[in-house]
Amino acid sequence: MSETKADAAIDITDVVCPITFVKVKVALEDLADGQTLAVHLNDGEPIENVPRSLKDEGHKVLSVDRQADGSYTLVVEKGGRA
Amino acid sequence: MSSLTNEQLERYSRHIILQQVGGKGQEKLLGSKVLVIGTGGLGAPATMYLAAAGVGTLGLVDYDVVDLSNLQRQIIHQTPDVGRPKVDSGRETIAAMNPDVEVHTYNERVTAANIRDIIRDQDYDFIIDGTDNFPAKFLINDACVLEQKPFVHAGIIRFEGQLMTYVPGAGPCYRCVFQTMPPKDAVPTCRQAGILGVMGGIIGTLQATEALKYLLGIGELLTGYLLTYDALTMKFRKVKIPRNPHCAICGEQPTITELIDYEQPACDLRKH
Repeated sequence: MSETKADAAIDITDVVCPITFVKVKVALEDLADGQTLAVHLNDGEPIENVPRSLKDEGHKVLSVDRQADGSYTLVVEKGGRA
Repeated sequence: MSSLTNEQLERYSRHIILQQVGGKGQEKLLGSKVLVIGTGGLGAPATMYLAAAGVGTLGLVDYDVVDLSNLQRQIIHQTPDVGRPKVDSGRETIAAMNPDVEVHTYNERVTAANIRDIIRDQDYDFIIDGTDNFPAKFLINDACVLEQKPFVHAGIIRFEGQLMTYVPGAGPCYRCVFQTMPPKDAVPTCRQAGILGVMGGIIGTLQATEALKYLLGIGELLTGYLLTYDALTMKFRKVKIPRNPHCAICGEQPTITELIDYEQPACDLRKH
């Protein structure tokens, strides 16, 4: 249950790309470097794009877990570059 | 917590995705105030892009009414606006484009008597010189130096344009480069010389770019540089310009300590 360990959580299953990443990015801006964010996201475009965009901005994706309903939960650690 | 609404996250998503902007940068823009003096060839596109970008407060200064001959380049005004004050048609275009933007209009010519009050009215963060005549350009420069406000100068004629950015204490002002006005009739006005309609779009959009970079605190501004553009040869030239320690307004011992109205006639000076 990685999301219980995260410092904050966000659900982006109700939006499509690129708003998915936009919401995660804005949520990360409220955290300090090294803090973690749990992200609930859909299969398909979101799971293909969001982790890659996070890495591009210098964040560290700690885990990606597939849920029973086919959605995903990923935990990202805020990187110093963003 | 971010103050951006879901609608704003979507509207400004292409900004927020940029690493140099992000949600915080967009919030900065929404909290920023830019004054655009002149809503003509330069001011029209500059204003429209700043409004679209979500600069939260825009001031528009223009004493003129929309003329049919303006529509070839002043894209903030539409055909049914002919005869209406430019600031009114500008306000409506912005309102239709982006309800996040608060617009303040000043339906008057900038003069030595009113320009500092207009700048102070909303304590604008940045000023865009979109005027078409030398008296106004020197007045804006001197007012911005006295008020310690950054501004971007620009001028366009025929197929050519130029711009430079003044930031207090960071580089030369317009008067450091052009000490005094050229003599009457030495430089043709756009009415006499003509202008390719897109010139305002190119140079005015560069002015808006300088404003956005200044407000966001990113990149390098045209402080200490004059950028010139020739549309016929497609040449941009970035010329380094030094600060003039003897400048009459921003030099070490300024001789101009208050504003006066200069006398050269304006391009659009018209008998009403």
